[in-house]
Amino acid sequence: MFRFLFERDTWQEVLDSLKKNKLRSVLTMVGVWWGILLLIGLLGSARGLENSFNRLFGDFATNSVFIWGQRTSKPFQGFQEGRGVQLSLTDAKKIEENVEGIEFVLPRNQRQVSATRNFQTGSFQMVGDYPLLDKLQKKNLLNGRFLNENDIKDNKKVVAISEDVYKQLFEKDENAIGQYIEINDINFKVIGVFEISNVRMGPSQDMHIPFTTYQQIYNQGDRIGWLMITGKPGFDIKQIEVDSKLLLKNLNTIHPDDNRAFGSFNLGKEFAKLTGFLIGMQFLTWFVGVATLIAGVFAIGNILLIAVRERTKEIGVRRALGATPFEIKRQIVVEAVFITLVAGILGIISGGWILIALDHFFGQGDDAALVNASVSIAVVFIALVILVILGTLIGLIPAFKATSVKPIEALREE
Amino acid sequence: MLQIHQLHKSYPIGDSSLHVLKGIDLSVEEGEMVAIMGSSGSGKSTLLNIIGMLDEADSGEYILDGLTIKDLTEKKAAVYRNKFLGFIFQSFNLINYKTALENVALPLYYQGMKRKERLELAMFHLEKVGLAEWSHHLPKELSGGQKQRVAIARALAANPKLLLADEPTGALDTKTSHEIMAFIQHLNDEGKTILMVTHEEDIANMCKRIIRLRDGVIMEDTKVNQVRAEQYV
Repeated sequence: MFRFLFERDTWQEVLDSLKKNKLRSVLTMVGVWWGILLLIGLLGSARGLENSFNRLFGDFATNSVFIWGQRTSKPFQGFQEGRGVQLSLTDAKKIEENVEGIEFVLPRNQRQVSATRNFQTGSFQMVGDYPLLDKLQKKNLLNGRFLNENDIKDNKKVVAISEDVYKQLFEKDENAIGQYIEINDINFKVIGVFEISNVRMGPSQDMHIPFTTYQQIYNQGDRIGWLMITGKPGFDIKQIEVDSKLLLKNLNTIHPDDNRAFGSFNLGKEFAKLTGFLIGMQFLTWFVGVATLIAGVFAIGNILLIAVRERTKEIGVRRALGATPFEIKRQIVVEAVFITLVAGILGIISGGWILIALDHFFGQGDDAALVNASVSIAVVFIALVILVILGTLIGLIPAFKATSVKPIEALREE
Repeated sequence: MLQIHQLHKSYPIGDSSLHVLKGIDLSVEEGEMVAIMGSSGSGKSTLLNIIGMLDEADSGEYILDGLTIKDLTEKKAAVYRNKFLGFIFQSFNLINYKTALENVALPLYYQGMKRKERLELAMFHLEKVGLAEWSHHLPKELSGGQKQRVAIARALAANPKLLLADEPTGALDTKTSHEIMAFIQHLNDEGKTILMVTHEEDIANMCKRIIRLRDGVIMEDTKVNQVRAEQYV
């Protein structure tokens, strides 16, 4: 049945009739070409944008909320309003034990310090951290390692520094690992140098020392600066924030309706806005692309229909010469599929060029708007298959129209 | 060769219908050259179309070379047309984006003949009509007479039993008409059965038999002394 596809004559006929109607063929193809070009361009851009967001947030546990103590705004159980709120390790532990859907609770302390090495000095933000931080906020290490459990256990005086710190305190190409820097007059051994993250949450964090070391040096006791809470996948981080705050108010004797006692930043909520935007954009992209494509295919059907009317007489002659209706239909459908396919492939190729151009102009560097703007081969393939199917279906309309006219009527037409 | 009994055909016109053929009886022997004449509306073209299986009769019998032509599906009709019949039209009806050679080869294509074979055979027929050196020209580059000769070559290509011509000289000047008629007479001399519709008396007289139709019935059926077209060329 499909042997005719491999016969030279079939294609000769198709090419002849397309060549004869160059303008018509080209106009038809432009519709489909434009549709698939748009689809690929839009999908690629959407993917690029998504990739760039993912690159920004990829190293970050986005399902997180940060909570810190502020001042109370309501009197409660004999306490005046305006009381300072101080979070403690016990709070952290209670949250971890009692709030549903918690993955990690990470207590942190942070302060401004001055660091000195030889004759170079700088002022930096130093954080007391657990090794867990590396999991939630991936540190890309250029050299050495991040904090580990031994550092915590032994209150080691070790520090992981950012490349900023490295640049200010060390000579170019100097190996920082194992060297000592003086932080507020205490010597710390450098164990790692990490890259600065693309996304900054709050003030920059230049140096990380073990949480326990921080506690010891600064006499922190139980007190902590702020909490980073990460929810398990599938749990609503907004609910976790509400639950945690309520628990904290309870633990710290604060009025349950006091909204100013704790400050917070819900990364999950902010991120959800972004992903919502991305999903919306993807939907729009598909919608526009597919709609354009369908419009293109209909243009093919439309033009073929006109073409068939133009060719009524030719079709009549062919039938007088012995062409069966099936042969005529087959011919028209093959023409339709051929046009769609060629236009589709051209569209894919030029869509590829568009993506290359997008990558060239918007995809270079660390802060690129579109990262790796691309379309998966599967999507392209499926689009092409759908095109061919639509092309066949739309080709059937003029094909049936062509053979519904009796050859005698077709021939009579002048 | 061809027998027709009580052929009726009417066309619906709005609510009523127009009775075009009112019982035609006709018999054509092999090697005959028949002209069908009549004023417009006499049903001569309808008769030719039914014989050509382009149209179907309402009732009556049509036997072509011993084969009863009845209840044709489009597909069957196409196959019969291809096998038994060659058409020559008034307006040539060549496919304008195909060369003369490809036009002649078209019926052979629908017969499923291989490309090389059919182009060879088409070339043979083009040579026969004297247009070998025009084989790669498009119809628009040919004169009216040449176009009709290409059309004749195309009608002959599939070696049909019956050649049907609908006003073959209608679009040609007198001189070219005579050339074409001379040619058709030669084909008849070689044994081809030819049926042609015409309204020109002199063209009809170049056939061997004239059938006159009026209002859907045969008025007159006479053998004539053939006027050879060569003498005018």
